[in-house]
Amino acid sequence: MFESVLVANRAEIARRVIRTGRRMSIRTVAVYSEADADLPYVGEADEAVAIGPAAPAKSYLDASAIIDAARKTGAAAVHPGYGFLAENADFARQVLDAGLIWVGPDPAAIEQMGDKIRARNLMEQAGVPVSPGSRAPVADVAAALAEADRIGYPVMVKAAAGGGGIGMGVAADAAGLAAAFETARSRAERFFSSPEILIERFVERARHVEVQILGLADGRVLALGERDCSVQRRHQKVAEETPSPGVSGGLREQMLTAAVRAGQAVGYRGAGTVECLVDAAAGSFVFLEMNTRLQVEHPVTELVTGIDLVEQQFLVAAGEPPSFDPDAVSPAGHALELRVYAEDPVRFLPGPGRITEWEEPSGEGVRVDAGYRAGNTVTPFYDPLLAKLCVHGADRGQAIERAREAVAAFRVAGPKTNLLFHAELLASAEFTSGDYDTSLVSKLRQP
Amino acid sequence: MAEIRAEMVANVWKVVASEGDHVDDGDTLVILESMKMEIPVLAEGPGVVAKMHVGEGDVVQEGDLIAVVS
Repeated sequence: MFESVLVANRAEIARRVIRTGRRMSIRTVAVYSEADADLPYVGEADEAVAIGPAAPAKSYLDASAIIDAARKTGAAAVHPGYGFLAENADFARQVLDAGLIWVGPDPAAIEQMGDKIRARNLMEQAGVPVSPGSRAPVADVAAALAEADRIGYPVMVKAAAGGGGIGMGVAADAAGLAAAFETARSRAERFFSSPEILIERFVERARHVEVQILGLADGRVLALGERDCSVQRRHQKVAEETPSPGVSGGLREQMLTAAVRAGQAVGYRGAGTVECLVDAAAGSFVFLEMNTRLQVEHPVTELVTGIDLVEQQFLVAAGEPPSFDPDAVSPAGHALELRVYAEDPVRFLPGPGRITEWEEPSGEGVRVDAGYRAGNTVTPFYDPLLAKLCVHGADRGQAIERAREAVAAFRVAGPKTNLLFHAELLASAEFTSGDYDTSLVSKLRQP
Repeated sequence: MAEIRAEMVANVWKVVASEGDHVDDGDTLVILESMKMEIPVLAEGPGVVAKMHVGEGDVVQEGDLIAVVS
């Protein structure tokens, strides 16, 4: 195992990676922007390096500042977390060129999967089901209209290089498509520096279900179960659970097999996630995209399998076998993750601010991955994730019950939080029945 | 006369309306950005933009004056 790792990220995920690093006696190095100097992860790392001002472009997205920090501290490896530079193939190459270990897949795999159009085409060739959609970038509104006529409405318009739901839009007809195309293209240029747009058939009443894969150092690819991420607002996940209440045994088997095939198609190493849309009524699924990094909601998989995914990432990166027997993975019980965001619980608008009170719940089956504590200031510069409240129970009912108690016991004052939304979600018949899809949150918000 | 104020801490991403512009109810005056989200600030009725108090790149605090529409 390497001796040290620099974590090129912030807040909860930096803290999460540092925790496993310390447990494995790997020296940890944090990097932080001026806005984040007081956050817990900075103090919990063995060393911490200031890399620039608050604006992400001048700190967490500044590849050379991060590699300089690794050199200065003698770090042997770089773990990118998620977001920021985690799926930036050029950054991965710079890390490798600097003689450091990249805790992630080969840069070529990042590149192949980062372009959603290439990824779709590759998956289709590998025998993974994809929804009808563009095989090449759609250049303008006229081309979009022609493409949508071929595919059939409603369609989803999105940035080929995109992520996080930014710029995504659904169009039910030609008029809606023109508007959705322009929005998607302006966001694509602004957020992802690539104007390439992709159009796919929009699957209505779909569940968003993803499969955790792990490519081992010996080349084998494992599927470690699925996560249901259908509770979304603005195409961003708010709550996740495993196993998915909408996936039967037979469908699960097909999805895990397809996910392994997807990983094998790109020679995948390390932790990755194959995102799919599931039509629960039809019992079918299509490939959506592959995330070539640790996923925000990875803790639910850890809770049911007992596997520390960050530990496996380190082991794979070091060329070592996993810490568990790949032939004896047997998920137990049910796990939920609730994302605690700094936003109001009704309209979901951002509400940053200084944290005057912060009290985390505890108890059997409760795990909190938090990025903040009392006295910290939540700034407008980064995403609104304050903490991930995760619970594990013997079955779904017990997990939901524990989640309700934990939500009620979580006390945060200062910034706005969506904890009341989570209480509402856990009390709703739509969620507790398990029979829901990605329209759940908007249904809860209809008067 | 309507004072348009910021609902949250945010960065001013785009100033859409200029002083002297005629605006209608619901027209976008500026677009704020906070926590990776764009938040349009809208006119609350018809009028003329009498004063624009922010520029692109400014940071506004909750309650800060953004524009006056008269």
